[in-house]
Amino acid sequence: MFPKGTKRKFSDSGEEPVSSSDQGQAASSAAAARTLSSSYSLQRQSLLDMSLIKLQLCHMLVEPNLCRSVLIANTVRQIQEEMTQDGTWQIMTQALAAAQCPADRLVATEVLCRQTDAAAQAGQSPKPFSGDVETEVTMSTLSPVSPQLSSASYLAGPFGEQVFGTFEIKHPAPPPDPALEELFSDVDPSYYDLDTVLTGMQSAPKMGPYDLLESLSSHGPTALSSSSSCRSDLNELDHIMEIIVGS
Amino acid sequence: MAGAGGGNSDVQWCFSQVKGAIDDDVAEADIISTVEFNHSGELLATGDKGGRVVIFQQEPESKDQPQCRGEYNVYSTFQSHEPEFDYLKSLEIEEKINKIRWLPQKNAAQFLLSTNDKTIKLWKISERDKRPEGYNLKEEDGRYRDPNTVTTLRVPVFRPMDLMVEASPRRVFANAHTYHINSISVNSDCETYLSADDLRINLWHLEITDRSFNIVDIKPANMEELTEVITAAEFHPNQCNTFVYSSSKGTIRLCDMRASALCDKHAKMFEEPEDPNNRSFFSEIISSISDVKFSHSGRYMMTRDYLSVKIWDLNMETRPVETYQVHEYLRSKLCSLYENDCIFDKFECCWNGNDSVVMTGSYNNFFRMFDRGYRQDVTLEASRENSKPRSVLKPRKVSTGGKRKKDEISVDSLDFNKKILHTAWHPLDNIIAVATTNNLYIFQEKLN
Repeated sequence: MFPKGTKRKFSDSGEEPVSSSDQGQAASSAAAARTLSSSYSLQRQSLLDMSLIKLQLCHMLVEPNLCRSVLIANTVRQIQEEMTQDGTWQIMTQALAAAQCPADRLVATEVLCRQTDAAAQAGQSPKPFSGDVETEVTMSTLSPVSPQLSSASYLAGPFGEQVFGTFEIKHPAPPPDPALEELFSDVDPSYYDLDTVLTGMQSAPKMGPYDLLESLSSHGPTALSSSSSCRSDLNELDHIMEIIVGS
Repeated sequence: MAGAGGGNSDVQWCFSQVKGAIDDDVAEADIISTVEFNHSGELLATGDKGGRVVIFQQEPESKDQPQCRGEYNVYSTFQSHEPEFDYLKSLEIEEKINKIRWLPQKNAAQFLLSTNDKTIKLWKISERDKRPEGYNLKEEDGRYRDPNTVTTLRVPVFRPMDLMVEASPRRVFANAHTYHINSISVNSDCETYLSADDLRINLWHLEITDRSFNIVDIKPANMEELTEVITAAEFHPNQCNTFVYSSSKGTIRLCDMRASALCDKHAKMFEEPEDPNNRSFFSEIISSISDVKFSHSGRYMMTRDYLSVKIWDLNMETRPVETYQVHEYLRSKLCSLYENDCIFDKFECCWNGNDSVVMTGSYNNFFRMFDRGYRQDVTLEASRENSKPRSVLKPRKVSTGGKRKKDEISVDSLDFNKKILHTAWHPLDNIIAVATTNNLYIFQEKLN
């Protein structure tokens, strides 16, 4: 059923939250049940990470699918809403603000916090997720006006802007963000087979929906990685020859 | 075993034809992206990811085989759209044909509208089976004769020639959509049509290409507040003032163009309240409507969301009158389907000629038919293994419980890369066209 090599973090059957049938106490008891279940919050966190990565890994050459982006963004908002109600959202953002380097599991959420840096650089003061956020979280309280924003960069600027910014005419793209490589280098490759996906992105720039599916399955290394492994093999061969020849 | 058919519970479906390459290595340009019969059913058009349109024509029924309805053979192939580059946004515009809609036939020629993400084109498909011969000043091959050799005068006459089918673009409707076009629909007045993208719907006149009227606009002033998009739109089959559009939040809005120029305020809104027991983070995604189709009668409309098909009575907005589960066994797999993006697949649906049966696709090259009158449903498969001529299709079953019976297939064995998104039903007969990734299957009712 799944592409080879993809590792799932949790079983599907356990991911649905148990909802109480009592209408009256539904909200509070369900919320209480959720905070108690650590596996549920683990699942929710990985769903959040997955969603954020999906939003970032958009097809760079062809305009991304707006419907898909909206649905994923709504899912992220839902999770964030729930986590804000639980109080876990504030804990997470505070922890990330304190620690400078991202943990592998919090990579995607660190992306959100990077907006704070970009905002600070742009001279804006409000943080993206303040304590008094309303229920309708728009994921962006930063001013949308920023000449550095581009349609290709999902790491700078407010969340809503970078998701839907492609669909507006923007100022010319800034030079590629060097932190992009650094960010993704920290990600545990077994988590989402991200390396395969990214390599696929670099070697096959025009990707439609079917390409992403293919790149998630292990169809073998791309030209990029196979040539580098050949090079290392040759070096090793030279080294062995030197030893044998005794030069 | 009885299948589902037009009002008769004993309809059995047979394989008729399959079109397309046999090998498993699918060329991306060959991926079929739309399938549509014309109003008589004589012509069947397909569009693909490479921007091509292929039209098949049904052969007249032969006297040798009265049991068999005519086969469909290639009638015309043409390149409808080419890839383009949007210089302003530095993005490619795909040439993939998103939709084809036929115009009702008015004269000898056939007309269809085909659209990619940004541009709609009106194509004229005409036959030429005669040509003029006997010119005075030209030879038969077109070279001009030396005027001195012309000694007599004759009248050119038309003589029969081998049939030639020509497709020519008559109109190009461009530059009216910022977002990706997902639907086109010809009005019953046969003069206008609508085109819908993610956020707007435009009304065109078929003769006028340099302007269109915007009739729906759901774009928020601030794009960051965007939470809902338009997913499909269609004109009512009889009332030229009425159309519907569906959204990613599972709502359908019916609009009346007589009410105002901009139909942002709907006349009716169809929405089923959410089942609290089934609530999850994926509830909204699976409620997103991928297709909406009016019944031929115009009394009902059908919507397709990720797991079900719903029939709505236009007189009742609160809930659908019928709901059919397409593949309920996927409900427990939603997280995996979200991970591999299958949850965003847009399945289409269609009615049969007399609105008694509806059909839609699923995974593993399965497709489902629901007989509304007899309350029966059947799962069939489009595969090369069942492709002996006139072989009856055997109903398939997906086992959901622990014990898998013989001939059943378990949910984990389903191939999610083999999806049937596009199906079409002949407007009059029990003939269906089912598109797998790159093959087009034609099935017919078994006639005795």
